[in-house]
Amino acid sequence: MLISDFPLFPEQGSTVAGQVDALFIVLSVITGSVSILIFLLIFILAIKYRRTPQNQLAQDQEPPQMLEAGWIGIPFVIFMGMFVWGAWLYFRLARIPDNALDVYATGKQWMWKFQHSTGQREINTLHVPVGRPVRITLASEDVIHSLFFPSFRIKADVLPSRYRTMWFQATRTGRFHIFCAEYCGTQHSGMIGWVEVMEPTDYQKWLAGGSEGSLASQGEKLFQTHACNTCHTNDATARGPVLVGLYGSDVTLGDNSVVKADDNYIRESILNPQAKLVKGFGPIMPTFQGQVSEDDLLKLLAYIKSLGGAPAPSPAGTPQKEQRR
Amino acid sequence: MSSVTLHDVRFIEPERTRNYLNVDYGVFSWLLTKDHKRIGILYMFSISLMFILGGFFAMMMRLELLTPEGDLLTSDTYNKFFTLHGIIMIFFFLIPSIPAVMGNFILPIQLGAKDLAFPKINLLSWYLYMIGAFVGLYVIITGGVDTGWTFYTPFSTQYSNTHVFGTTFGAFIVGFSSILTGLNFLVTIHRMRAPGLTWYRLPLFVWAIYATSVVQLLATPVLAITLFLLMFERVVHVGIFDPALGGDPLLYQHMFWFYSHPAVYIMILPAMGVASEVVAAFTRKKIFGYKFVAFSSLAIAFLGFLVWAHHMFVAGISIYSAMIFSFLSYFVAVPSAIKVFNWTATLYKASVAWMTPMLYILGFIGLFTIGGVTGLFLAALGLDVHVTDTYFVVAHFHYIMVGGAVMAYFAALHYWWPKITGRMYPEWWARLSALLVFVGFNLTFLPQFVLGYLGMPRRYHAYAPEFQVLNVMSTAGASILAVGYALPLFYLIWSLRFGHKAGVNPWGAVGLEWTTSSPPPKENFHETPVVTWDAYDYPAMLKAMGETQNV
Repeated sequence: MLISDFPLFPEQGSTVAGQVDALFIVLSVITGSVSILIFLLIFILAIKYRRTPQNQLAQDQEPPQMLEAGWIGIPFVIFMGMFVWGAWLYFRLARIPDNALDVYATGKQWMWKFQHSTGQREINTLHVPVGRPVRITLASEDVIHSLFFPSFRIKADVLPSRYRTMWFQATRTGRFHIFCAEYCGTQHSGMIGWVEVMEPTDYQKWLAGGSEGSLASQGEKLFQTHACNTCHTNDATARGPVLVGLYGSDVTLGDNSVVKADDNYIRESILNPQAKLVKGFGPIMPTFQGQVSEDDLLKLLAYIKSLGGAPAPSPAGTPQKEQRR
Repeated sequence: MSSVTLHDVRFIEPERTRNYLNVDYGVFSWLLTKDHKRIGILYMFSISLMFILGGFFAMMMRLELLTPEGDLLTSDTYNKFFTLHGIIMIFFFLIPSIPAVMGNFILPIQLGAKDLAFPKINLLSWYLYMIGAFVGLYVIITGGVDTGWTFYTPFSTQYSNTHVFGTTFGAFIVGFSSILTGLNFLVTIHRMRAPGLTWYRLPLFVWAIYATSVVQLLATPVLAITLFLLMFERVVHVGIFDPALGGDPLLYQHMFWFYSHPAVYIMILPAMGVASEVVAAFTRKKIFGYKFVAFSSLAIAFLGFLVWAHHMFVAGISIYSAMIFSFLSYFVAVPSAIKVFNWTATLYKASVAWMTPMLYILGFIGLFTIGGVTGLFLAALGLDVHVTDTYFVVAHFHYIMVGGAVMAYFAALHYWWPKITGRMYPEWWARLSALLVFVGFNLTFLPQFVLGYLGMPRRYHAYAPEFQVLNVMSTAGASILAVGYALPLFYLIWSLRFGHKAGVNPWGAVGLEWTTSSPPPKENFHETPVVTWDAYDYPAMLKAMGETQNV
């Protein structure tokens, strides 16, 4: 067996991988040395002061009480250092670069479906270019899954209730594992795939391969087949609100509260339109719960996004709120 | 009333040979007993069977994972096995293990009491446990359950077509056993301490059980509520957790971990109590920093309630709440570190006897340390994103629960075996088992840290081929571990008949349990003891005993 068949450390495939590894290695060195110190102390003390006929009695002598303060204070300071470093990294992972390429992922028992904004669809394989941030909008059709890229050191649980996002920027070309990390039933361990990181030119060639039109244009077709366009005519006097320029903008609701029209707002407004009625509009839109698949919802989302929006489009999910300026 | 003084310790082998075991006979003298010692024995039988069953499922999983392909078990069977392994080991073995067996047997004796405060409720607890266990066994026989012990929604409420209702119902019932046991211990510790046994004279085992009982009493009802809502949603389809019905799956995770994180402390706090007892007994020394060790148990019990969402850093909670939970998680590490350092410092200028209970506890300190420090990795937010839900987590919590809690349970079993049965176990075999458990455990779970960092997700029936070498090591270790765990079953039963008579105080230890006969009389003490010494007052006791006695 070759040593390459028996790795002890995962390959680094993304911009954050090195940063996560750095924290891991520093923590390993600190905790490893403290643990070894404790083991040695136990071993040495337990041998040196072992019970012998001469040493039946423990000596009535204790280490200085000051030690207590030392081993409360010093670990605490080190722990706080670990906390700050870990939190700093977590915030970095949550901050999505502006120029990210959009990819949509749907988890379902037991496969990963990926849709590109240019319209390509793939299952259990994801083609991405090297050196460019990729933002993945995540949805689940059934239970909770978790999209895990070990070589990129990131994962995110995929929820059936709302959209979440994650991002990475691959640093080298190659083929890397995709795993489902949240137990999801019978074929959980079969819900795996590969991410193919390609040179940008190869990626362009791959994109040029067949598709049924861009994701937004597929969404536009759905917009017509579901007859959304009969009310959302994008005319201010129509029965449904104007969708042009909606994405990422502030929407005033019937109760005068204001919400941001992000991915999850749009998703909810399709599935459960009565939940957040726009001011001035009646509860006339039917629910599309159970009538539009998660894949199609993402297409509709891509279409609505393509209609333009507020200057800084907001990514979905709570964790990215701090990104708004 | 005469007081039992230290000077009397080795002289009071009573003439009367009546003890709790031979005071009466017959099945009903056991099944309807209100004696805390007999109830402890009933628990010992029940949880030992559960441990064997849970161990069987673990062994089948390890055998399946010898090869990357899913070839030994079908994926459904594998999923059921890891689910049952988790449920049995957590709800039916670890949570009752030290509290319900050793706490029941030893705690009242350590307090100088005749029984627990509510003997009938104590018996009721065991019956509730047994009802829960039978419901669990019924589920296993009729097809099992495949949700994982965490029962995450909406998988458990909508998608799994296995016995989710039965399993959660079993766990629901066994939860009440845990609540009642905790309540019983709390009242007993408050109200039934012997004259002179002030709080700071209590053995650290009592402090640990006290902290555990607080957690059992306050956290377990939340589990009951959560499981009830889950059953309700599964049967009646009311939207609580399932988004398709208008519920919120993250609400379930919050509620589940609000119990299940403190539950970790229900498992490890009693283990820490045992460690303190054994370290003191086999060093003949007062635990260094007694009050720090005592209050660190309470600190862990309190802080344990404030860290639950560190199980959910990638689940979709806001990054600000994640930050707070990470911060608080580092706080809970401090009292655990205090204990490890204090046990180590106790060895200084001690008289360390390398007997089996001490070997188990030295192993415990080492393995608990590894389990603890790897928790620091998981509490670091940015790092947790990579390692959570991988074998790194599996290794981490097995170091705490098996390397920690199970090692301590075996230490307690050997330490108090002479008191419980009146017989000594064979030392050579017992040392061998401690060694096998330690070596086997490390070989099983150290490779899993590497596997986890490489990215192997947990709960995988089949895996990528490059993970095989480490998995084979792990399975090899598990086989050694199984031998280490099986040995005591044989030699402890052997010792019941052939072991040397233990005498009152085979270890030359202090503590009220070592002042009464082995096995103790039904009422524990022939006369109520009066305590005039501090916990672990070895210098005084050994002076009283003289230095000639070689134990």
